[in-house]
Amino acid sequence: MAKIIVMTSGKGGVGKTTSSAAFSTGLALRGFRTCVVDFDVGLRNLDLIMGCERRVVFDFINVINGEAKLNQALIKDKRLENLFILPTSQTRDKDALTKEGVERVMEELKADFDYILCDSPAGIERGALMALYFADHAIVVTNPEVSSVRDSDRILGVLQAKSRRAELGLDPVQEHLLLTRYDAERVERGDMLNVKDVQEILSIPLLGVIPESPAVLKASNVGQPVTLDDKSNAGQAYRDAVGRFLGEDIEHKFLKPEKKGLLDRILRRSA
Amino acid sequence: MTGAAQPRALPFQLRGNTYTMMVLKLIDPGHPEFDDMLRTKIMQAPNFFRYAPIVIDLEEIADTEFDFNGLRARLYDLALVPVGVQGGAPEMQMVALRAGLTVIPAARTPQPMNVARAKPEAAPAAAEPTPAAAPVPAPEPEPRGATLIVTEPVRSGRQIYAPRGDLIVMAPVSQGAELVADGNIHVYSTLRGRALAGVAGDTQARIFVQSLDAELVSVAGFYRISEDIEPALRRKPVQVWLDGNVIRMDPLG
Ligand SMILES: Nc1ncnc2c1ncn2[C@@H]1O[C@H](COP(=O)(O)OP(=O)(O)OP(=O)(O)O)[C@@H](O)[C@H]1O
Ligand SMILES: [Mg+2]
Repeated sequence: MAKIIVMTSGKGGVGKTTSSAAFSTGLALRGFRTCVVDFDVGLRNLDLIMGCERRVVFDFINVINGEAKLNQALIKDKRLENLFILPTSQTRDKDALTKEGVERVMEELKADFDYILCDSPAGIERGALMALYFADHAIVVTNPEVSSVRDSDRILGVLQAKSRRAELGLDPVQEHLLLTRYDAERVERGDMLNVKDVQEILSIPLLGVIPESPAVLKASNVGQPVTLDDKSNAGQAYRDAVGRFLGEDIEHKFLKPEKKGLLDRILRRSA
Repeated sequence: MTGAAQPRALPFQLRGNTYTMMVLKLIDPGHPEFDDMLRTKIMQAPNFFRYAPIVIDLEEIADTEFDFNGLRARLYDLALVPVGVQGGAPEMQMVALRAGLTVIPAARTPQPMNVARAKPEAAPAAAEPTPAAAPVPAPEPEPRGATLIVTEPVRSGRQIYAPRGDLIVMAPVSQGAELVADGNIHVYSTLRGRALAGVAGDTQARIFVQSLDAELVSVAGFYRISEDIEPALRRKPVQVWLDGNVIRMDPLG
């Protein structure tokens, strides 16, 4: 049975799109047929991070409006056989996302995929509500700072009240915390909240901690999700998070600042 | 410092209070028999509805041109007093504001209730005889003392209201969330948001918290804000009660 996952946060710029690209890539690497859908109408950039921006002809909104068939809009990832991207429109406004239209596309995707991952826009307006409405799982992307935690809390409230599962009284959406841009040194200095603080406030299971890493920006500049970067901490952390999502018991890494050993200093190893 | 214990010199008293109000959700306000059907409904309990404050829910109204002021006048004719709107397009909310109504953010709105009252004695609904042929029964007050138990975390932006009864929460209450009860409030976890007990005026109501980190606590409209909570009580089990006009907070156990 296909599962719908929403990558959501409330607050903007915390790493939803980065995580959507990385997580969908991780699921596809594990052999699952995966589709990642961009709900950020007007501001799309998932296609950039996935490195497929030049192959967009039709988009999600075209499919909703009946101007294109789903398989005309789906873009096959150039690296992974079972990964697809459904990009969104850069030009239209958010009202194009109707509940009926989104539902139709979701149903059609469910027939063909194992996982459908929805990259939510920031905020709690229509786009974000549509992205989370049909979800079975919600990955709540949070940075270790107060305002981000507060907005994550708010979006969890919205999931409890406004998701399809909530409205129909079904089992609640399964919630997962993904703490991103975690800078262990700044946490240690007390400039940022630590994992325990965040978990205590949000009280949902911890899926993963993604360290702040220059590899993320590098990866997005070349349009290659960081999951595929074998040498980076962030890539490792995303692969581990995918493993935990699939039920594996994997220890959390990168919670402490790295001890800069002599070798590290000589080699100037990047994070 | 207790909010309500202002210096005596002030010529007024300012305090918070919470009211349950009737929400009139518009589904088809242009229906030719809208007024008649609403009147029939009201006539089942005329005293209960007389001058009842009404919040108009615009969520289902797609037509931003709809005659808002006309509707207001029609409600006044039925002796209903519209005080605010919730939901709907921003343009419609602007029209409402210009018409002197407040805009109530939907997330902070209590669940639509069947009973509107500020003080216990102001709820004569049950006493009204219901016409035998009434197609729909008149709203009945829920039985006194019903306890509301919440096992899920109460998130920022949400409000939970226990009308006429106690509210028991078995999970964390986030900053920005609000617990409201006519009776007592128990939180068997951390309270980081607000808790308002005895909002219908019960000065005997109390708040019991396993770990107190609240933004605000209130009993019967008297309140204390976070800054005025003694550091020694923070993150500790505490009970909150009203001693005359003063909020007291004591360690528990
Ligand atoms: N682990 C990380 N380390 C360093 N930089 C990161 C990390 N995760 C995300 N970033 C950077 O943070 C910025 C915002 O990321 P991203 O676009 O994924 O956020 P978003 O939540 O999708 O934003 P929006 O709300 O605008 O859609 C980007 O510049 C990205 O490269
Ligand atoms: Mg984004």
